[in-house]
Amino acid sequence: MSIRTAQFTALALLLAATAAMADGASWDRAGNVELQSRLFARDALWPGQGSQAAQLSLAATAELRWRNAEGDQRASIIPFLRRDSVDEERNLVDLQEAYWAWESDSIELLAGVNTVFWGVTESAHLVDIVNQTDAAGDIDGEDKLGQPMVNLTWQQDWGLLSAYVMPYFRERNYPGVDGRLRAPLPVDSDRAVYESSRDENHVDVALRYSHYIGDIDVGLSVFSGTSREPRLIPADDAPVLLPHYDQIDQFGVDLQYTRDAWLWKLEAIARNGYSETFAAAVGGFEYTFYQVAQSGADIGVLLEYQYDGRNELEPFTTADNDVFAGLRLALNDTQDTSLLAGIAYDTVTGETFFNVEAERRIGNSISLEVRMRAFSGAGPQDMTYAVVRDDYVQIRLAKYF
Amino acid sequence: MKLKTSIGMILIASFAFAFAARVDAATPEEKGFEIAARADRSDLGFGDSEVELQMILRNAAGQESTRSLKIATLEKPDESVGDKSLVLFDTPRDIEGTALLSHAKILDPDDQWLYLPALKRVKRISSSNKSGPFVGSEFAFEDFTAIELNKFDYSYVGEEACGDLTCDVIERTPRYEASGYTKQVSWVDQADFQIRKVEFYDRRGDLLKVLELKDYRNYDGVWRAHVLSMNNVQTNKQTDLVYSDFQFGVGLSENDFVKGRLSRLR
Repeated sequence: MSIRTAQFTALALLLAATAAMADGASWDRAGNVELQSRLFARDALWPGQGSQAAQLSLAATAELRWRNAEGDQRASIIPFLRRDSVDEERNLVDLQEAYWAWESDSIELLAGVNTVFWGVTESAHLVDIVNQTDAAGDIDGEDKLGQPMVNLTWQQDWGLLSAYVMPYFRERNYPGVDGRLRAPLPVDSDRAVYESSRDENHVDVALRYSHYIGDIDVGLSVFSGTSREPRLIPADDAPVLLPHYDQIDQFGVDLQYTRDAWLWKLEAIARNGYSETFAAAVGGFEYTFYQVAQSGADIGVLLEYQYDGRNELEPFTTADNDVFAGLRLALNDTQDTSLLAGIAYDTVTGETFFNVEAERRIGNSISLEVRMRAFSGAGPQDMTYAVVRDDYVQIRLAKYF
Repeated sequence: MKLKTSIGMILIASFAFAFAARVDAATPEEKGFEIAARADRSDLGFGDSEVELQMILRNAAGQESTRSLKIATLEKPDESVGDKSLVLFDTPRDIEGTALLSHAKILDPDDQWLYLPALKRVKRISSSNKSGPFVGSEFAFEDFTAIELNKFDYSYVGEEACGDLTCDVIERTPRYEASGYTKQVSWVDQADFQIRKVEFYDRRGDLLKVLELKDYRNYDGVWRAHVLSMNNVQTNKQTDLVYSDFQFGVGLSENDFVKGRLSRLR
């Protein structure tokens, strides 16, 4: 965390602390500690990668929330810590949330660090752009870093309008030289290159509108600022990749049509700021068979197509011409047992990604999660060849407080 | 404001009482509807409410697990429009902050959104899964979301003793699609016009579950049961809902029941 983020956070916390002195406020504490173990089936491919078959990490989240007696002010602090046994680049100290917020019936003003999610689809998250991805944390792009912001939200009959001013940029973190699931060369995150002369202090802005009309949920968004995805360019002086962060504008739309057991979903973006403007989209459906064989269990079938028009000079994506097919199982039992299995198949290169995620609660406060991921079909010329020997099983045990 | 609200409730309660005196309809359908309407309307006029409850799940072997949740409700006085409700989970800890927002409809499927705090993601979900178990309990979604008067057709069956009270027995059949029930039989007492027991019959017509509603308390003319015990007679599983005190007139508005609110609940 940089000085700038720290200052920003300190200011938000000071505001919160001042407000917290008042009587009748409510406090809520929670948290979890998790042990994660990744077991790799095969030896590493690239020089420098650790030879360990098991990679262990320990992580902890603490949540402290406050709301005043009148209910119009609240604050939240959620630090996250991670320590990895093999790859020090996976060590992380982050604030997922550290904000103070004031609200009236229709307006909310929030200042500090927050995490937000935009979008509807399952296999790719194109529209979601506010928070940086914790790419060292997981390859699915769903782990995020807290984003410093001032956020003004306005709720009206005609929908929700939310404006963001983001004074500080969070760099993407990548696995280090020892780590698995990386490019042939490691990314040197300390030598990031920015298009903006203000580097990470460029002020990014975003605006999002979201609403629903009957069975249709709609989101429209626009973002202008530092691209969360960097281009990775080999350095001249060392065998590393340097992240280049460009200034971009992105327009996004997300739609969902919900009818009976069908969910039809679409996310599309247009982005400029690189060598050329491009569009990308992901769309498809989820259909659920409820209470299969009188059991109470639901089985969902997912199918999505991923298109991405960016050229090879732009930040690398795997979701360019891929079909994603998935199966979701929810037992609806006391332990909330669920499973999501999916395949993403690149129709041009034949690269295939297999993913299974299963989850179950043990007792009242322990969660067991297993993820299995495998890669196949990549030739030496393909981008996912870099991780072709990195098939792994991840077992995560988390205790919640 | 408070005084006005309670005067309003008294007015509505006495109106309901006056209305109740005139249940002498001709056909069993009309009589059934009027008893149901009297029971339903005796709970009206609360405006909005908040309540905390424990959900205790017991399997056939007697093993228990508990969930604690909060429910906020915004009443829609118009009987052709459903209420809005918000369910927020506090425990188990791994799903703390998970929330379900429902805009109930009468015959059309409800609008529902689920908030998943781990991803901070709001998902519009299908509400066609009416007969599915609600968070692993013996309550189906359709038992748990607001029960609206006009979601059913009614028929009067007869009169029967229920505990110390005398109850009217009425059959109700769902008018909405995708119900897991062919019919429900409910016992409504003749003193306070509250539902004391409901039997649920599955799609084969067999008795599936029995719901008992206990510990009724009167809040300025609005009745609420504080213990709901649902027994599945086919699996011997049981779910109890144990409510703490209801709070009425807490000043909730339409903007507290919008999807954009879900990520800002805590």
